[in-house]
Amino acid sequence: MKEFLEGSRAVAEIVKMCKPGVISAYPITPQTHIVEELAQMVANGELNAQFVNVESEHSAASVVLGGVAAGVRSFTATSSQGLFYMAEVLFNISGMRLPLVMTCANRAISAPINIWNDQQDSLSLRDSGWVQLYAENIQEAVDLHLIGYRLSEDKSMMLPVMVCMDGFILTHGMEAVDMPKQEEVDKFLPAYKPLYKLDTAEPISMGLLADPDYYIETRFAMQETFKDALKLIPTINEEFKNCFNRDYKDGLVEEYYTKDAEKVIVAMGSVCGTIKEVVDAQRAKGKKIGLLKVISYRPFPYARVYDALKDVPRVAVLDKAVSLGAYAPLAIEIKAAFSGKKKSPKVISSFVAGLGGRDITAESVKEILTKLTQKEINLEFIDLKPELLKEEYGE
Amino acid sequence: MESELLFKPGHTACAGCGQSLAARMVIEAAGKNTIVANNTGCLEVFSTKYPESAWNVPWIHSLFENCAAVASGIEAALIYLGKKDTTNVIAQGGDGGTADIGLQALSGMLERGHDILYVCYDNEAYMNTGVQRSGLTPFHTNTTTSPIGPKSVGNVRFKKPMPEIANAHGIPYVATASAGFPQDIQRKVKKAISIKGPKYIQIHVPCPLGWRHETELMLEIGKLAVETGLYPLIEYENGVLSAVRKITQPKPVEEYLKAQGRFKHLLGNPELIKQIQDIADNNIRKYNLKG
Repeated sequence: MKEFLEGSRAVAEIVKMCKPGVISAYPITPQTHIVEELAQMVANGELNAQFVNVESEHSAASVVLGGVAAGVRSFTATSSQGLFYMAEVLFNISGMRLPLVMTCANRAISAPINIWNDQQDSLSLRDSGWVQLYAENIQEAVDLHLIGYRLSEDKSMMLPVMVCMDGFILTHGMEAVDMPKQEEVDKFLPAYKPLYKLDTAEPISMGLLADPDYYIETRFAMQETFKDALKLIPTINEEFKNCFNRDYKDGLVEEYYTKDAEKVIVAMGSVCGTIKEVVDAQRAKGKKIGLLKVISYRPFPYARVYDALKDVPRVAVLDKAVSLGAYAPLAIEIKAAFSGKKKSPKVISSFVAGLGGRDITAESVKEILTKLTQKEINLEFIDLKPELLKEEYGE
Repeated sequence: MESELLFKPGHTACAGCGQSLAARMVIEAAGKNTIVANNTGCLEVFSTKYPESAWNVPWIHSLFENCAAVASGIEAALIYLGKKDTTNVIAQGGDGGTADIGLQALSGMLERGHDILYVCYDNEAYMNTGVQRSGLTPFHTNTTTSPIGPKSVGNVRFKKPMPEIANAHGIPYVATASAGFPQDIQRKVKKAISIKGPKYIQIHVPCPLGWRHETELMLEIGKLAVETGLYPLIEYENGVLSAVRKITQPKPVEEYLKAQGRFKHLLGNPELIKQIQDIADNNIRKYNLKG
């Protein structure tokens, strides 16, 4: 049965059903509603968990690190500066091969301070050793948390998962959501059985110093595991489909009218909903437009992207982030997918939009399609206000 | 016998390391039903270089400044598992990891009331990175970042009053101890873990390398710091100063200073030595150490 739920409420509900024993978080907009809901569930006795109110995101990440190291499924959530304050701990969690799920309610980065949505925060942490999965809507955000715990705790993985959902747009938006039943969740996600833990009955040491004789192999092993994840994510999604009757195909990308498309936009997150509307409208007019939605940014599914786009003449990559001084983060990966390959789109143009919460409207998407000509564009900002630029430079 | 030791020999600490002695005293007093979270620092480096570990209890190192928060998560997990009543949790780090970069995480742990013993091994500078000045480096100390020179007589600040800062959190037990008095460390650790809630013990641990003294003098120098009044051994219970180690005949600070290269520049300068003596005298008055 579908319920009309706020995104944060829906995420809190699914996290509750995943039964974490340790939850720790520090307030930051727009993540707060998720952890407020969880705190209330604990206060109501609906959720048997230790909710640790910490003095910083650094400690929130450290507390869940300690919780899962002691053998208990744990959860945290953050955004933007909070994610950056956690950064040091995030690398540490993945390096120690501790399974965790965290929600990143995507938000812009300071300065200037801005609480609204883009994806600069999580994309800046792309090298942290966390799987990064991006949700298009609230239903997907819910489902990705379930899939995330399964993936993270799989014995062949033991890596943390970051579920990225666009701040406000998804965290504060309302949607009819098909919430699973507890018994279905229990079947899909059994109780956490750690491979290793801090236990006085069987003492182990964790977090040892690895000198040049040992360090590089730890990174090699993680890289190999990320490769394996490209196979495991589809397997888990298949199982998910059988349990919950929702089909995300391989769970790595979603192809939306890409097969015969002449122009395809590649994007991640909630903007894909807007793009789908434009695609539908254009298709109704007989125009061969499509969307490739990237769900898994880490691991990045190069082979799937290649298959999906190799026969598409023109591709536009829409990033809600920048890598200042270089191509945009998603565009870099899409271009890399065709490096040295036989087939390739003739044009892969890169566009940046929506930074700091500037709306990406159907008009913005249409502008990108208009600009997607035979001439490749390497990074153009969409929806800039010329009058502000004049002021900036005093022209 | 060796297999029963909780902190095993064979680690790579320097000869005469006060911290390795103190750490062994702490874990042996706490017993095998203990989980340890350790900050980055000398102790972590010399005891757990892969593929070896000196620890025979569950032990975790995460980062420089977060052992108090990691321990908080471990404690929360133990409560969730119903194992807290039978398991001690110790968070431990050096003076830099405690009083400087880790102070926020420590304050959070103390304020939240976790049932954790925090142990600060105070060797009064960042020894692991090469003797840089920390917030617990004493006045006039020559370190690599508070060097002496024509315009400097060493560290310009007094030690941060960490025991008082911990005590101000309203926690049930705070104590100082010294590697010079190993049995006293064990008594205080046993007392601390018998009390529920956050506890803070700061142990003065001589460092022959950083303090530049002969390795065989470690215990003696530790004792001298106490017997001069420069490192008072005190206990606070529920916010009240409940016990101090009395000094029958306080020794002049010069006896403590002269054996250490880090204070060599003070010798022959009565005015500077007087300034250090004033710190000791003030401690003796403040904590009523004479007796």
